[in-house]
Amino acid sequence: MEIPLTKHIKQGAFPLTAREYEKTGGYKAIQKALKEMSPADLITLVKASNLLGRGGAGFPTGVKWSLVPTGKDAPKQRYLICNADEMEPGTFKDKYLIEGNPHQLIAGMIIAAYAIQADKAYIFLRWAYKKSEVILRKAIAEAYEAGYLGKNILGTGYELDIYLHTSAGRYMCGEETALINSLEGKRAIPRNKPPYPATSGLFGKPTVVNNVETLCYIPHIVENGAAWFKSLSVTGEGGTKLYGVSGKVKNPGLWELPLGTNMREIIEQYAGGMMDGHKFRGALPGGASTDFLVEEHMDAKLDFSSVAALGSRLGTGTMIILDDKTCPVAFIHNLERFFALESCGWCTPCREGLPWVEKLLQSIEEGRGKPENLNILKFHTSYLGPGNTFCAHAPGAMEPLQSGLKYFHDDFMRHINEKHCPWRS
Amino acid sequence: MLTEEEKQEILEEVKLYPYPKVACLDALKIVQNHRGWVPDESIRDIGEFLGMPADEVDGIATFYSRIYRHPLGRHVILVCDSVSCMVMGYEPIYDHLSQKLGIRFGETTSDNRFTLLPISCLGDCDHAPAMMIDNDLYNRLTIEMLNELLEKYH
Repeated sequence: MEIPLTKHIKQGAFPLTAREYEKTGGYKAIQKALKEMSPADLITLVKASNLLGRGGAGFPTGVKWSLVPTGKDAPKQRYLICNADEMEPGTFKDKYLIEGNPHQLIAGMIIAAYAIQADKAYIFLRWAYKKSEVILRKAIAEAYEAGYLGKNILGTGYELDIYLHTSAGRYMCGEETALINSLEGKRAIPRNKPPYPATSGLFGKPTVVNNVETLCYIPHIVENGAAWFKSLSVTGEGGTKLYGVSGKVKNPGLWELPLGTNMREIIEQYAGGMMDGHKFRGALPGGASTDFLVEEHMDAKLDFSSVAALGSRLGTGTMIILDDKTCPVAFIHNLERFFALESCGWCTPCREGLPWVEKLLQSIEEGRGKPENLNILKFHTSYLGPGNTFCAHAPGAMEPLQSGLKYFHDDFMRHINEKHCPWRS
Repeated sequence: MLTEEEKQEILEEVKLYPYPKVACLDALKIVQNHRGWVPDESIRDIGEFLGMPADEVDGIATFYSRIYRHPLGRHVILVCDSVSCMVMGYEPIYDHLSQKLGIRFGETTSDNRFTLLPISCLGDCDHAPAMMIDNDLYNRLTIEMLNELLEKYH
Protein backbone atom coordinates (compact mmCIF):
# COMPACT_ATOMS: atom_id res chain seq x y z
CA MET A 1 0.00 0.00 0.00
CA GLU A 2 1.45 3.35 -1.04
CA ILE A 3 1.31 6.22 1.45
CA PRO A 4 2.88 9.16 -0.36
CA LEU A 5 1.80 11.84 2.13
CA THR A 6 3.04 10.25 5.32
CA LYS A 7 5.92 7.98 4.29
CA HIS A 8 8.53 10.44 5.56
CA ILE A 9 6.71 11.27 8.78
CA LYS A 10 8.07 9.61 11.90
CA GLN A 11 6.14 9.97 15.13
CA GLY A 12 8.13 11.80 17.76
CA ALA A 13 11.03 12.63 15.40
CA PHE A 14 11.94 16.06 14.04
CA PRO A 15 10.61 16.69 10.53
CA LEU A 16 13.02 16.54 7.58
CA THR A 17 15.03 19.67 6.85
CA ALA A 18 15.07 21.10 3.32
CA ARG A 19 18.30 19.22 2.55
CA GLU A 20 17.02 15.95 3.99
CA TYR A 21 13.77 16.34 2.10
CA GLU A 22 15.79 16.88 -1.08
CA LYS A 23 17.64 13.63 -0.47
CA THR A 24 14.35 11.72 -0.42
CA GLY A 25 13.69 13.14 -3.89
CA GLY A 26 11.27 15.56 -2.33
CA TYR A 27 11.96 18.78 -4.19
CA LYS A 28 12.37 16.99 -7.54
CA ALA A 29 8.76 17.70 -8.43
CA ILE A 30 9.53 21.43 -8.37
CA GLN A 31 12.35 21.01 -10.88
CA LYS A 32 9.98 19.13 -13.14
CA ALA A 33 7.05 21.52 -12.72
CA LEU A 34 8.96 24.77 -13.11
CA LYS A 35 11.41 23.65 -15.80
CA GLU A 36 9.47 21.18 -17.92
CA MET A 37 5.83 22.14 -17.52
CA SER A 38 3.73 25.20 -18.29
CA PRO A 39 1.09 26.44 -15.85
CA ALA A 40 -1.54 25.13 -18.28
CA ASP A 41 0.13 21.67 -18.31
CA LEU A 42 -0.06 21.58 -14.52
CA ILE A 43 -3.72 22.51 -14.43
CA THR A 44 -4.48 19.82 -17.03
CA LEU A 45 -2.52 17.28 -14.98
CA VAL A 46 -4.26 18.07 -11.68
CA LYS A 47 -7.65 18.04 -13.40
CA ALA A 48 -6.85 14.62 -14.89
CA SER A 49 -5.81 13.30 -11.46
CA ASN A 50 -9.30 14.13 -10.12
CA LEU A 51 -7.79 15.47 -6.88
CA LEU A 52 -10.80 16.55 -4.80
CA GLY A 53 -10.21 19.27 -2.20
CA ARG A 54 -9.42 17.70 1.15
CA GLY A 55 -10.61 20.65 3.25
CA GLY A 56 -14.07 19.14 3.41
CA ALA A 57 -16.02 20.28 0.38
CA GLY A 58 -14.34 17.97 -2.13
CA PHE A 59 -14.26 20.51 -4.96
CA PRO A 60 -11.92 19.44 -7.83
CA THR A 61 -8.61 21.24 -7.30
CA GLY A 62 -7.67 21.45 -10.99
CA VAL A 63 -11.01 23.07 -11.79
CA LYS A 64 -10.50 25.60 -8.99
CA TRP A 65 -7.12 26.55 -10.45
CA SER A 66 -8.53 26.79 -13.97
CA LEU A 67 -11.03 29.46 -12.86
CA VAL A 68 -8.22 31.96 -12.35
CA PRO A 69 -8.27 34.30 -15.36
CA THR A 70 -5.28 34.08 -17.68
CA GLY A 71 -4.23 36.05 -20.74
CA LYS A 72 -3.08 39.57 -21.37
CA ASP A 73 -6.05 41.35 -19.78
CA ALA A 74 -5.99 39.30 -16.56
CA PRO A 75 -4.75 41.02 -13.40
CA LYS A 76 -1.02 40.45 -12.91
CA GLN A 77 -1.20 40.14 -9.13
CA ARG A 78 -2.61 36.80 -7.96
CA TYR A 79 -2.45 35.02 -4.63
CA LEU A 80 -2.31 31.47 -3.36
CA ILE A 81 -3.56 30.85 0.16
CA CYS A 82 -2.98 27.65 2.08
CA ASN A 83 -5.88 27.10 4.45
CA ALA A 84 -4.29 25.69 7.61
CA ASP A 85 -6.97 27.02 9.94
CA GLU A 86 -8.20 23.51 10.82
CA MET A 87 -10.81 24.37 13.46
CA GLU A 88 -13.46 21.77 12.67
CA PRO A 89 -14.02 19.97 15.99
CA GLY A 90 -12.67 16.43 15.76
CA THR A 91 -10.14 17.29 13.06
CA PHE A 92 -6.38 17.01 13.50
CA LYS A 93 -5.02 15.93 10.12
CA ASP A 94 -3.46 19.12 8.73
CA LYS A 95 -1.43 19.63 11.89
CA TYR A 96 0.04 16.15 11.40
CA LEU A 97 1.12 16.99 7.84
CA ILE A 98 2.54 20.40 8.77
CA GLU A 99 4.47 19.18 11.78
CA GLY A 100 5.48 15.89 10.14
CA ASN A 101 6.74 17.13 6.78
CA PRO A 102 6.54 20.91 6.28
CA HIS A 103 8.64 20.88 3.10
CA GLN A 104 6.10 18.65 1.37
CA LEU A 105 3.54 21.41 1.95
CA ILE A 106 5.94 24.14 0.80
CA ALA A 107 6.74 22.15 -2.35
CA GLY A 108 3.01 21.78 -3.04
CA MET A 109 2.50 25.50 -2.52
CA ILE A 110 5.32 26.43 -4.91
CA ILE A 111 3.86 24.25 -7.66
CA ALA A 112 0.28 25.44 -7.05
CA ALA A 113 1.39 29.09 -7.01
CA TYR A 114 3.30 28.57 -10.26
CA ALA A 115 0.25 26.91 -11.84
CA ILE A 116 -1.88 29.99 -11.18
CA GLN A 117 1.09 32.35 -11.69
CA ALA A 118 0.94 33.86 -8.21
CA ASP A 119 4.03 35.47 -6.77
CA LYS A 120 2.73 35.76 -3.22
CA ALA A 121 1.38 32.97 -1.06
CA TYR A 122 0.03 32.93 2.48
CA ILE A 123 -0.30 30.15 4.99
CA PHE A 124 -3.28 30.89 7.24
CA LEU A 125 -2.47 28.93 10.38
CA ARG A 126 -4.77 28.41 13.31
CA TRP A 127 -3.87 30.13 16.55
CA ALA A 128 -3.56 27.04 18.73
CA TYR A 129 -0.94 25.34 16.52
CA LYS A 130 2.09 26.78 18.29
CA LYS A 131 4.41 23.90 17.38
CA SER A 132 3.31 24.06 13.73
CA GLU A 133 4.18 27.75 13.71
CA VAL A 134 7.74 27.13 14.90
CA ILE A 135 8.23 24.28 12.41
CA LEU A 136 6.83 26.26 9.49
CA ARG A 137 8.92 29.36 10.20
CA LYS A 138 12.06 27.23 10.21
CA ALA A 139 11.06 25.32 7.07
CA ILE A 140 10.18 28.47 5.12
CA ALA A 141 13.58 29.99 6.03
CA GLU A 142 15.32 26.79 4.86
CA ALA A 143 13.40 26.84 1.58
CA TYR A 144 14.55 30.43 0.94
CA GLU A 145 18.11 29.46 1.74
CA ALA A 146 17.98 26.48 -0.61
CA GLY A 147 16.71 28.69 -3.44
CA TYR A 148 13.19 27.24 -3.65
CA LEU A 149 11.61 30.53 -2.60
CA GLY A 150 12.41 34.14 -3.41
CA LYS A 151 13.49 35.58 -6.74
CA ASN A 152 14.47 33.51 -9.80
CA ILE A 153 13.66 30.09 -8.32
CA LEU A 154 16.04 27.42 -9.72
CA GLY A 155 17.10 29.86 -12.42
CA THR A 156 13.67 29.79 -14.05
CA GLY A 157 12.87 33.46 -13.52
CA TYR A 158 9.82 32.48 -11.45
CA GLU A 159 9.47 34.34 -8.15
CA LEU A 160 7.48 33.43 -5.04
CA ASP A 161 7.30 34.64 -1.45
CA ILE A 162 5.48 32.70 1.26
CA TYR A 163 4.14 34.51 4.34
CA LEU A 164 2.94 32.81 7.48
CA HIS A 165 -0.16 34.36 9.06
CA THR A 166 -1.31 33.08 12.44
CA SER A 167 -5.00 33.48 13.10
CA ALA A 168 -6.48 35.31 16.07
CA GLY A 169 -8.91 32.43 16.53
CA ARG A 170 -12.38 32.00 15.07
CA TYR A 171 -13.94 28.98 13.33
CA MET A 172 -15.39 31.17 10.60
CA CYS A 173 -11.85 31.87 9.34
CA GLY A 174 -11.88 28.43 7.74
CA GLU A 175 -14.55 29.55 5.24
CA GLU A 176 -12.48 30.71 2.30
CA THR A 177 -14.00 34.17 1.76
CA ALA A 178 -14.06 34.86 5.52
CA LEU A 179 -10.44 33.76 5.63
CA ILE A 180 -9.65 36.32 2.94
CA ASN A 181 -11.39 39.05 4.95
CA SER A 182 -9.39 38.03 7.99
CA LEU A 183 -6.11 38.20 6.02
CA GLU A 184 -7.14 41.72 5.04
CA GLY A 185 -7.30 42.54 8.75
CA LYS A 186 -11.12 42.63 8.89
CA ARG A 187 -13.77 40.71 10.80
CA ALA A 188 -13.89 37.18 9.38
CA ILE A 189 -17.35 37.34 7.84
CA PRO A 190 -18.05 35.52 4.58
CA ARG A 191 -18.35 37.42 1.29
CA ASN A 192 -21.09 37.24 -1.26
CA LYS A 193 -20.40 34.81 -4.11
CA PRO A 194 -20.04 35.45 -7.01
CA PRO A 195 -17.52 36.87 -7.55
CA TYR A 196 -15.57 33.82 -6.44
CA PRO A 197 -12.06 34.26 -5.03
CA ALA A 198 -10.61 32.89 -8.28
CA THR A 199 -11.59 36.17 -9.95
CA SER A 200 -11.77 38.54 -6.97
CA GLY A 201 -10.18 37.36 -3.75
CA LEU A 202 -7.46 38.84 -1.55
CA PHE A 203 -7.30 42.62 -2.08
CA GLY A 204 -9.70 42.10 -4.99
CA LYS A 205 -7.18 40.03 -6.94
CA PRO A 206 -7.52 36.47 -8.27
CA THR A 207 -6.91 34.08 -5.39
CA VAL A 208 -6.92 30.33 -4.90
CA VAL A 209 -7.49 28.90 -1.42
CA ASN A 210 -6.40 25.27 -0.99
CA ASN A 211 -6.33 23.05 2.08
CA VAL A 212 -3.04 21.73 3.52
CA GLU A 213 -3.71 18.09 2.68
CA THR A 214 -4.75 19.01 -0.88
CA LEU A 215 -1.51 20.93 -1.47
CA CYS A 216 0.60 18.11 -0.03
CA TYR A 217 -0.59 15.77 -2.81
CA ILE A 218 0.56 18.11 -5.59
CA PRO A 219 4.30 17.23 -5.68
CA HIS A 220 3.42 13.52 -5.80
CA ILE A 221 0.98 13.99 -8.67
CA VAL A 222 3.57 15.98 -10.62
CA GLU A 223 6.18 13.31 -10.02
CA ASN A 224 4.09 10.20 -10.60
CA GLY A 225 1.26 11.31 -12.87
CA ALA A 226 -2.53 11.41 -12.86
CA ALA A 227 -3.05 7.71 -13.60
CA TRP A 228 -0.87 6.72 -10.64
CA PHE A 229 -2.81 9.04 -8.33
CA LYS A 230 -6.16 7.66 -9.47
CA SER A 231 -4.95 4.10 -8.95
CA LEU A 232 -4.29 4.79 -5.25
CA SER A 233 -7.96 4.88 -4.27
CA VAL A 234 -10.37 2.01 -3.71
CA THR A 235 -13.05 3.80 -5.71
CA GLY A 236 -12.59 6.01 -8.76
CA GLU A 237 -12.08 9.27 -6.89
CA GLY A 238 -8.33 9.07 -6.74
CA GLY A 239 -5.63 9.24 -4.11
CA THR A 240 -5.21 8.33 -0.50
CA LYS A 241 -6.83 10.14 2.42
CA LEU A 242 -5.83 10.88 5.96
CA TYR A 243 -8.53 9.25 8.07
CA GLY A 244 -8.76 9.97 11.77
CA VAL A 245 -10.76 8.56 14.66
CA SER A 246 -11.41 10.10 18.06
CA GLY A 247 -13.73 9.04 20.85
CA LYS A 248 -13.96 5.84 22.90
CA VAL A 249 -11.92 3.54 20.68
CA LYS A 250 -8.88 1.54 21.79
CA ASN A 251 -6.42 3.27 19.51
CA PRO A 252 -7.52 6.75 18.43
CA GLY A 253 -5.32 8.29 15.75
CA LEU A 254 -4.71 9.07 12.12
CA TRP A 255 -3.86 6.84 9.15
CA GLU A 256 -3.21 7.43 5.47
CA LEU A 257 -5.35 4.90 3.59
CA PRO A 258 -6.71 4.51 0.05
CA LEU A 259 -9.62 6.90 -0.48
CA GLY A 260 -12.79 4.83 -0.18
CA THR A 261 -11.61 2.54 2.63
CA ASN A 262 -14.68 1.36 4.49
CA MET A 263 -15.72 2.60 7.91
CA ARG A 264 -15.59 -0.84 9.57
CA GLU A 265 -11.98 -1.34 8.55
CA ILE A 266 -10.97 2.08 9.88
CA ILE A 267 -12.75 1.69 13.20
CA GLU A 268 -12.05 -1.97 13.87
CA GLN A 269 -8.68 -2.56 12.27
CA TYR A 270 -6.90 0.76 12.60
CA ALA A 271 -8.61 2.33 15.62
CA GLY A 272 -8.61 -1.05 17.37
CA GLY A 273 -12.38 -1.24 17.84
CA MET A 274 -14.42 0.20 20.69
CA MET A 275 -12.95 0.40 24.20
CA ASP A 276 -14.01 -2.47 26.42
CA GLY A 277 -17.46 -1.88 27.85
CA HIS A 278 -18.42 0.62 25.14
CA LYS A 279 -20.70 0.04 22.16
CA PHE A 280 -20.69 1.97 18.88
CA ARG A 281 -23.81 4.07 18.36
CA GLY A 282 -22.81 6.40 15.57
CA ALA A 283 -20.06 8.49 14.01
CA LEU A 284 -19.70 11.88 12.43
CA PRO A 285 -17.56 10.84 9.45
CA GLY A 286 -15.82 14.12 8.74
CA GLY A 287 -15.92 16.53 11.64
CA ALA A 288 -18.64 18.31 13.60
CA SER A 289 -20.60 19.56 10.57
CA THR A 290 -21.41 16.18 9.02
CA ASP A 291 -24.46 13.92 9.41
CA PHE A 292 -24.26 10.87 11.65
CA LEU A 293 -23.56 7.48 10.14
CA VAL A 294 -24.78 4.53 12.23
CA GLU A 295 -24.29 0.78 12.52
CA GLU A 296 -26.10 0.02 9.25
CA HIS A 297 -23.52 2.15 7.40
CA MET A 298 -20.49 0.31 8.80
CA ASP A 299 -19.55 -1.13 5.44
CA ALA A 300 -19.84 2.19 3.63
CA LYS A 301 -16.87 3.20 1.53
CA LEU A 302 -15.65 6.51 2.85
CA ASP A 303 -15.15 8.62 -0.25
CA PHE A 304 -16.92 11.83 -1.24
CA SER A 305 -19.68 10.35 -3.43
CA SER A 306 -20.37 7.21 -1.35
CA VAL A 307 -20.79 9.15 1.91
CA ALA A 308 -22.94 11.74 0.10
CA ALA A 309 -25.17 8.91 -1.15
CA LEU A 310 -25.85 8.03 2.51
CA GLY A 311 -26.96 11.58 3.24
CA SER A 312 -23.76 12.66 4.96
CA ARG A 313 -20.42 14.13 3.91
CA LEU A 314 -16.87 12.82 3.95
CA GLY A 315 -15.88 16.30 5.17
CA THR A 316 -12.40 16.23 6.63
CA GLY A 317 -12.35 12.44 6.96
CA THR A 318 -11.65 12.59 10.68
CA MET A 319 -14.50 10.86 12.45
CA ILE A 320 -15.84 11.36 15.94
CA ILE A 321 -17.40 8.30 17.53
CA LEU A 322 -20.51 8.39 19.69
CA ASP A 323 -20.59 5.47 22.13
CA ASP A 324 -23.39 4.08 24.31
CA LYS A 325 -21.95 5.59 27.51
CA THR A 326 -22.23 9.11 26.07
CA CYS A 327 -25.60 10.84 25.94
CA PRO A 328 -26.51 11.59 22.28
CA VAL A 329 -28.47 14.69 23.32
CA ALA A 330 -25.48 16.04 25.26
CA PHE A 331 -23.23 15.18 22.30
CA ILE A 332 -25.43 17.10 19.86
CA HIS A 333 -25.92 19.93 22.38
CA ASN A 334 -22.13 20.28 22.61
CA LEU A 335 -21.89 20.55 18.82
CA GLU A 336 -24.67 23.13 18.55
CA ARG A 337 -23.24 25.21 21.38
CA PHE A 338 -19.99 25.34 19.40
CA PHE A 339 -21.78 26.40 16.20
CA ALA A 340 -23.89 29.00 18.02
CA LEU A 341 -20.77 30.52 19.62
CA GLU A 342 -18.85 30.50 16.36
CA SER A 343 -21.61 32.04 14.21
CA CYS A 344 -20.11 35.25 12.86
CA GLY A 345 -23.45 37.06 13.31
CA TRP A 346 -23.58 38.39 9.76
CA CYS A 347 -26.88 36.80 8.69
CA THR A 348 -29.97 36.66 10.85
CA PRO A 349 -31.04 33.00 10.49
CA CYS A 350 -27.66 31.78 11.69
CA ARG A 351 -27.14 34.42 14.39
CA GLU A 352 -30.62 33.99 15.90
CA GLY A 353 -31.42 30.41 14.92
CA LEU A 354 -28.37 28.62 16.27
CA PRO A 355 -28.67 30.01 19.83
CA TRP A 356 -32.36 29.01 19.84
CA VAL A 357 -31.43 25.48 18.80
CA GLU A 358 -28.73 25.40 21.45
CA LYS A 359 -31.10 26.55 24.23
CA LEU A 360 -33.75 24.00 23.24
CA LEU A 361 -31.19 21.20 23.30
CA GLN A 362 -29.97 22.35 26.68
CA SER A 363 -33.49 22.34 28.09
CA ILE A 364 -34.08 18.81 26.78
CA GLU A 365 -30.74 17.63 28.15
CA GLU A 366 -31.63 19.12 31.55
CA GLY A 367 -35.04 17.42 31.59
CA ARG A 368 -37.08 20.56 30.91
CA GLY A 369 -37.96 19.64 27.31
CA LYS A 370 -41.45 19.20 25.83
CA PRO A 371 -42.43 16.92 22.93
CA GLU A 372 -43.22 19.95 20.73
CA ASN A 373 -39.60 21.12 21.13
CA LEU A 374 -38.60 18.38 18.74
CA ASN A 375 -40.75 19.94 16.02
CA ILE A 376 -39.09 23.31 16.57
CA LEU A 377 -35.69 21.65 16.26
CA LYS A 378 -36.84 19.87 13.13
CA PHE A 379 -38.04 22.98 11.36
CA HIS A 380 -34.76 24.69 12.11
CA THR A 381 -32.96 21.93 10.24
CA SER A 382 -34.75 23.04 7.08
CA TYR A 383 -34.95 26.80 7.78
CA LEU A 384 -31.24 26.93 8.55
CA GLY A 385 -30.46 24.56 5.69
CA PRO A 386 -28.68 25.20 2.40
CA GLY A 387 -29.92 28.27 0.53
CA ASN A 388 -31.40 30.02 3.56
CA THR A 389 -28.23 31.40 5.06
CA PHE A 390 -25.31 33.48 3.80
CA CYS A 391 -22.70 30.72 4.03
CA ALA A 392 -22.38 27.02 4.88
CA HIS A 393 -21.96 27.51 8.65
CA ALA A 394 -25.59 27.03 9.77
CA PRO A 395 -26.36 24.32 7.18
CA GLY A 396 -23.28 22.47 8.44
CA ALA A 397 -24.50 22.87 12.02
CA MET A 398 -27.85 21.34 11.04
CA GLU A 399 -26.30 18.16 9.64
CA PRO A 400 -25.59 16.35 12.92
CA LEU A 401 -28.87 17.68 14.34
CA GLN A 402 -31.13 16.46 11.54
CA SER A 403 -29.53 13.01 11.47
CA GLY A 404 -29.35 12.93 15.27
CA LEU A 405 -33.09 13.60 15.56
CA LYS A 406 -33.69 10.73 13.14
CA TYR A 407 -31.35 8.10 14.58
CA PHE A 408 -31.63 8.99 18.28
CA HIS A 409 -35.31 9.94 18.45
CA ASP A 410 -35.94 7.49 21.31
CA ASP A 411 -33.14 9.03 23.35
CA PHE A 412 -34.62 12.50 22.90
CA MET A 413 -38.05 11.17 23.97
CA ARG A 414 -36.60 9.49 27.06
CA HIS A 415 -35.18 12.84 28.21
CA ILE A 416 -38.57 14.46 27.72
CA ASN A 417 -40.64 11.69 29.30
CA GLU A 418 -38.33 10.93 32.22
CA LYS A 419 -37.63 14.64 32.78
CA HIS A 420 -33.91 14.10 33.23
CA CYS A 421 -30.91 12.86 31.30
CA PRO A 422 -30.78 9.05 31.63
CA TRP A 423 -26.96 9.25 31.35
CA ARG A 424 -26.63 11.52 34.37
CA SER A 425 -27.57 10.17 37.77
CA MET B 1 -0.11 56.02 23.80
CA LEU B 2 1.47 53.32 21.68
CA THR B 3 5.11 52.82 22.67
CA GLU B 4 7.88 53.43 20.13
CA GLU B 5 8.50 49.69 20.06
CA GLU B 6 4.84 48.94 19.33
CA LYS B 7 4.76 51.58 16.60
CA GLN B 8 7.88 50.17 14.96
CA GLU B 9 6.48 46.63 14.99
CA ILE B 10 3.17 47.81 13.52
CA LEU B 11 4.99 49.75 10.79
CA GLU B 12 6.89 46.58 9.84
CA GLU B 13 3.52 44.91 9.19
CA VAL B 14 2.07 47.91 7.35
CA LYS B 15 4.95 47.64 4.84
CA LEU B 16 3.71 44.21 3.73
CA TYR B 17 0.26 45.40 2.68
CA PRO B 18 -1.33 47.59 0.01
CA TYR B 19 -2.88 49.93 2.64
CA PRO B 20 -2.36 50.50 6.41
CA LYS B 21 -5.77 49.28 7.68
CA VAL B 22 -4.84 45.71 6.74
CA ALA B 23 -2.41 45.73 9.66
CA CYS B 24 -5.21 46.27 12.20
CA LEU B 25 -5.33 42.68 13.38
CA ASP B 26 -1.52 42.54 13.50
CA ALA B 27 -1.51 45.77 15.52
CA LEU B 28 -3.96 44.29 18.04
CA LYS B 29 -1.74 41.22 18.38
CA ILE B 30 1.35 43.38 18.85
CA VAL B 31 -0.28 45.47 21.61
CA GLN B 32 -1.54 42.33 23.31
CA ASN B 33 1.88 40.79 23.10
CA HIS B 34 3.37 43.75 24.99
CA ARG B 35 0.55 44.44 27.45
CA GLY B 36 -1.11 41.07 27.91
CA TRP B 37 -4.46 42.44 26.70
CA VAL B 38 -5.89 45.30 24.62
CA PRO B 39 -7.15 48.26 26.72
CA ASP B 40 -9.63 50.88 25.41
CA GLU B 41 -6.85 53.40 25.12
CA SER B 42 -4.92 51.16 22.70
CA ILE B 43 -8.04 50.66 20.56
CA ARG B 44 -8.17 54.44 20.07
CA ASP B 45 -4.41 54.68 19.50
CA ILE B 46 -4.38 51.92 16.88
CA GLY B 47 -7.28 53.62 15.11
CA GLU B 48 -5.43 56.92 15.00
CA PHE B 49 -2.18 55.29 13.94
CA LEU B 50 -3.76 53.35 11.05
CA GLY B 51 -6.28 56.01 10.06
CA MET B 52 -9.49 54.19 10.96
CA PRO B 53 -12.32 54.81 13.46
CA ALA B 54 -11.80 53.36 16.94
CA ASP B 55 -15.16 51.57 16.67
CA GLU B 56 -13.97 49.70 13.61
CA VAL B 57 -10.85 48.61 15.48
CA ASP B 58 -12.99 47.46 18.41
CA GLY B 59 -15.30 45.60 16.02
CA ILE B 60 -12.31 43.64 14.82
CA ALA B 61 -10.83 43.18 18.30
CA THR B 62 -14.04 41.78 19.76
CA PHE B 63 -14.63 39.45 16.82
CA TYR B 64 -11.58 37.30 17.47
CA SER B 65 -11.54 34.91 20.41
CA ARG B 66 -7.83 35.30 21.07
CA ILE B 67 -7.79 39.07 21.26
CA TYR B 68 -8.46 39.87 24.91
CA ARG B 69 -10.35 43.05 25.83
CA HIS B 70 -10.06 42.31 29.56
CA PRO B 71 -6.90 41.92 31.63
CA LEU B 72 -5.88 38.32 32.30
CA GLY B 73 -3.98 36.53 35.02
CA ARG B 74 -0.29 35.75 34.59
CA HIS B 75 -1.18 32.39 33.05
CA VAL B 76 -4.16 31.44 30.93
CA ILE B 77 -5.63 27.95 31.12
CA LEU B 78 -7.61 27.08 27.99
CA VAL B 79 -9.73 23.97 28.44
CA CYS B 80 -11.06 22.40 25.24
CA ASP B 81 -14.82 21.92 25.61
CA SER B 82 -15.51 20.60 22.09
CA VAL B 83 -17.08 17.30 21.24
CA SER B 84 -14.17 14.81 21.29
CA CYS B 85 -12.97 16.20 24.62
CA MET B 86 -16.53 16.04 25.93
CA VAL B 87 -16.76 12.32 25.04
CA MET B 88 -13.35 11.72 26.66
CA GLY B 89 -14.28 13.68 29.78
CA TYR B 90 -13.29 17.35 29.87
CA GLU B 91 -16.07 18.02 32.40
CA PRO B 92 -14.37 16.33 35.38
CA ILE B 93 -11.14 18.12 34.39
CA TYR B 94 -12.92 21.45 34.37
CA ASP B 95 -14.74 20.70 37.65
CA HIS B 96 -11.45 19.87 39.34
CA LEU B 97 -9.67 22.97 38.06
CA SER B 98 -12.62 25.16 38.92
CA GLN B 99 -12.81 23.79 42.45
CA LYS B 100 -9.08 23.89 43.08
CA LEU B 101 -8.65 27.44 41.79
CA GLY B 102 -11.99 28.70 43.10
CA ILE B 103 -12.92 30.26 39.74
CA ARG B 104 -15.22 29.46 36.85
CA PHE B 105 -14.76 29.94 33.09
CA GLY B 106 -14.04 33.60 32.39
CA GLU B 107 -12.65 34.35 35.85
CA THR B 108 -9.18 35.07 37.27
CA THR B 109 -7.84 33.92 40.64
CA SER B 110 -7.55 36.63 43.29
CA ASP B 111 -3.73 36.30 43.32
CA ASN B 112 -3.83 36.99 39.56
CA ARG B 113 -2.01 33.72 38.85
CA PHE B 114 -4.53 31.97 36.57
CA THR B 115 -7.37 32.86 34.21
CA LEU B 116 -9.62 29.95 33.23
CA LEU B 117 -11.19 30.01 29.74
CA PRO B 118 -12.93 27.53 27.45
CA ILE B 119 -11.56 27.05 23.94
CA SER B 120 -12.94 25.34 20.84
CA CYS B 121 -11.25 22.19 19.58
CA LEU B 122 -7.44 22.27 19.92
CA GLY B 123 -6.91 19.73 17.14
CA ASP B 124 -5.59 17.09 19.51
CA CYS B 125 -8.73 14.95 19.48
CA ASP B 126 -6.91 11.62 19.34
CA HIS B 127 -5.27 12.50 22.67
CA ALA B 128 -8.34 14.01 24.33
CA PRO B 129 -9.03 15.55 26.77
CA ALA B 130 -6.67 18.41 25.99
CA MET B 131 -5.92 21.90 27.29
CA MET B 132 -3.35 24.63 26.89
CA ILE B 133 -1.62 26.64 29.59
CA ASP B 134 -0.22 29.76 27.92
CA ASN B 135 1.44 28.32 24.78
CA ASP B 136 1.91 24.79 26.08
CA LEU B 137 -0.37 21.96 24.99
CA TYR B 138 -1.25 19.18 27.43
CA ASN B 139 -3.24 16.11 26.50
CA ARG B 140 -4.57 12.76 27.75
CA LEU B 141 -5.41 14.71 30.88
CA THR B 142 -6.31 13.02 34.12
CA ILE B 143 -7.31 14.69 37.37
CA GLU B 144 -4.16 13.27 38.97
CA MET B 145 -1.96 15.14 36.45
CA LEU B 146 -3.51 18.53 37.08
CA ASN B 147 -1.94 19.46 40.41
CA GLU B 148 1.56 18.78 39.14
CA LEU B 149 0.90 20.70 35.90
CA LEU B 150 -0.32 23.79 37.71
CA GLU B 151 2.82 23.79 39.87
CA LYS B 152 4.89 24.64 36.78
CA TYR B 153 3.22 28.03 36.53
CA HIS B 154 3.73 30.77 39.12
